[in-house]
Order: sequence, then C-alpha cells, then structure tokens
Amino acid sequence: MAKTVEGLYYSESHEWVKVEGNVAIVGITDFAQHAMGDLSYVDMPEVDDELEKGEEFGAVESVKAASDLYSPVTGTVVEINEELEDAPELLNQDAFANWIMKVEMSDPAELETLMDAAAYEAMCANE
Amino acid sequence: MEDNLLKTCLYDKHVALRAQMSPFGGFIMPIQYTTITDEHNAVRHRAGMFDVSHMGEIFVSGPDAEKFVNHIFSNNIAGIPDGKILYGMLLYPNGTVVDDLLVYKEFEPDRYLLVVNASNIAKDYDWICAQKEGYDVEVVNASDSWGEIALQGPEAEKFAVETLGLESVAALGFYTYCEAEWKGTRMIVSRTGYTGEDGFEIYCSHEAINEIWDILLEAGVVPCGLGCRDTLRFEAGLPLYGHELSDEITPLEAGLGMFVKVKDKEEFIGREAIVAQKEAGLTRKIVGIELQDKAIPRAGYPVEVNGEQVGTVTTGYRSISTDRSVCVAMVDKEYTELGTAVEIRIRKKVFPGTVTKKRFYETNYKK
Repeated sequence: MAKTVEGLYYSESHEWVKVEGNVAIVGITDFAQHAMGDLSYVDMPEVDDELEKGEEFGAVESVKAASDLYSPVTGTVVEINEELEDAPELLNQDAFANWIMKVEMSDPAELETLMDAAAYEAMCANE
Repeated sequence: MEDNLLKTCLYDKHVALRAQMSPFGGFIMPIQYTTITDEHNAVRHRAGMFDVSHMGEIFVSGPDAEKFVNHIFSNNIAGIPDGKILYGMLLYPNGTVVDDLLVYKEFEPDRYLLVVNASNIAKDYDWICAQKEGYDVEVVNASDSWGEIALQGPEAEKFAVETLGLESVAALGFYTYCEAEWKGTRMIVSRTGYTGEDGFEIYCSHEAINEIWDILLEAGVVPCGLGCRDTLRFEAGLPLYGHELSDEITPLEAGLGMFVKVKDKEEFIGREAIVAQKEAGLTRKIVGIELQDKAIPRAGYPVEVNGEQVGTVTTGYRSISTDRSVCVAMVDKEYTELGTAVEIRIRKKVFPGTVTKKRFYETNYKK
C-alpha cells in the first residue's frame, strides 16, 4: 500500500509539495513511484526555468515507459536535486525523502487548490 | 475493458503469481511478475520462462505443401531436412510484410508448421488461405489447441534435460526441433527463442503446458513477462512486428534481406517488389542509435539532423544489459552510415547520438 506524509500538498498528477517559506519543494509520491516501477532516468528541469502551474517540467522513466511531471505551482526553479541524475532509484527507495526541484512561488495561494494527504489517498483509492 | 481479450491456458498461473497484466495482441498477458530488470537478468544469466501460448500455430499439409509454402514465404524451404526451422516473412506483392514467422519442417512428408505472431493470427490465416487456389494443400489454424512456453537462458538446457527429462533436446542444433511426448500427448521442442540467449520453445496441449510450467517454477526457473521479452529481443537486434516490420516496411529496409531469397527462388509473393527495391536502392533503413546522455529514446520520437526530422525511433530503452540509452530507428538513407551524428528529440530537448549497429548485445546461441 502506497504511503503518504501528513502536512504536504498533493497534485492530481501525483506530485507532492512541501512548503518552506516562499519555496515549494516538489517530488513524486510513493503511489507514483510504485506505479512506475524501477526508475532508470529522471528528466530534470533547469535552474531559472519559469513554470506555470500544470506545466510539464520533466519526466520520470522506468524501463517500459516515460511519465511526464507537471508543476503543482507557478514560479521559478531555484534548485534541482542533482543526486537523482545518477541515482534515479532513490525515488523508488523513498519518494518523500528525495525531492526533484525547488520552486520560488509567485502565487502561494495556488497551494489551496492542491489536496491534503487524506484527499489524495481517497483519489488514489479510486485509480 | 478486458471483456474482449483472450486468455492463454496459463492465465490462472499469472494471476496466482500476482503478475501485472496488460493487453497484447488481443490477449491479456503478463507484463512482469517482479521487475523487468530482474526478469531480464534471469534470462541473461540463468534461466527464465515465458508464456507464449498466444503465438499462432498454422499447419500446412498436402502434396503441394512445399511448393505452396515457398510461394508465400520469403525464405527458401526447398529440400530442407525434417526438423529444420527457418525464419522469414509472408510478404505482400508490394514487398511489405504481412507477418514474420518461423516455418518448421515436420517429420512427415509434405507437412509444415508455421508459427506466427499473436496479433496477426487471423490476418495470416486469411492471407494464406486466399493464396492457395491451384495448390493441393490443407491449411489448419490450430492456435487454440496449443500452449507454448519459451524456456530461455544459459541454463535452459539443464532445466529441459534434468528437470523436464527431455534428454533428446541436448543434441538439438540452433533452429532445429524434435518431437517428444508428455504423458502421451504430442510435444514439439525447438532450439529457438526471442531473447539472444540459448533456449527452447516447447509446444504442447494446454494441460501439459500447465504441468510443465509448475515443474519449471518449482525447480527455480524465473517466470518472465512480456516486458523483458521486449528488452531482451531489442538488445539482440531482433525485430518486432508493428515496430521494425509492418505492412509499411519491407525486409530490406529492416535490414533483414538475408531472409528474402531472391537469388535462390524464382518465384514468391513480393519477390518482384524486393528485386525492384534492390535495383533502385533503399531510401531509408533501420539503424541502431546510441545516445551519449542517459535520456531514453522511445518509439515514435523524431530523429533529427540540423533541426530537420530524418527518421523515427521504432524501439528504444535504457539497455539493461549494457546500461546505455539506445534505440533502433527508421532513418533516411543518407544518415545510415555507422558513426553518423544524429539527434533524438525527447520531449522538449534534443540529445546527441551516433548511428551504430542495431544489435546492442552479443548473442549466445548454441550453434
């Protein structure tokens, strides 16, 4: 059974968001990594990329398929987790401990459109 | 969703093993039981088994059987010995491909077994029947009554001989087969496969195939899904109908001209088109491409040179056995020389690559 973490925000496209001040730390959920299977590549965004909420910012790839990633917030990429470039399997080992990018949010009010852990679990139960 | 999908005789085994199931070729098939990587490595280093009962078995017999099969088949079966198997294609008159298949010369005069792709069984059967006017042959689609297991890997012979007691298979050469019996029912065992490793394909009744599956599983043979079947055949440079071969691609374009015997055979369907294509020269060809980056090229992605599309990826992976990002692609002829620099567009970015051979892994067939 896929796990969730309390206190995070969740998107319908299976990204999680942890908020630190004005920065959104973004990763993929345990449900997403489990559905993908062993990950072999993470297509990362670049620092200074400007992202709209819902815009594609990269992808995670398993042996058999690529799955696009969508930014849960609007803002500017300020940091990427370069560790994942050589070790995408970290996302399989612990999806919540390994973030993908940090985004300086231009509209933090957007967070209210995301789900909490309970709502996200309910959505996953229906997939 | 799964209402119209067929189940193989091993369906219940896959469900019991909690396989991830998905539609393929009209069947609901196991994609993986554990992970594609683990199953792939089991076949490369030990032994794995695949349920390939979805494959089609079409028998051709009668006084004109040899002449007829040679009329519809691109390879040359004239005079091949009993127990010999040839790979080749059924071609349309324009030289594109109805299907790729194996032809088994049975141990009786004037009898051949054609093993065809699951997704093409009905199409092939109709096509074959439509060509038989004037030939004294009987064509029987027996696909529903045969099950099939592919036992593949360096330890396949050990399991076939020691676990299944099939002592006669040890002497089989590559692309030959023998007849055997499983509790009184007919069994066909061929030294063939679709993985680049040594191994066998075992055809028998549904009941026998279920027993054989259980015995091999108990002995430690790893059940393998269609996920790794594709990564294995891809690394070994083997084509998949619908990707590297289709009704829009000729065998010459796919780099499989050695299986189209225009010199040895004066007549077969598609011959004239293949001869004409040889004379005119190819305009495009399947090549291998290796990327420098870890990004993964996948079927349908564009191959580009200087921002212009010059081809399309037909199959691609992060190769499990070589840990490199590689693909095969149909590319305009002028960019098919080994070492040519090309780029592959993957989502928003382009990645530099180099044209290579289309086999990425050195095969380990027993001669």
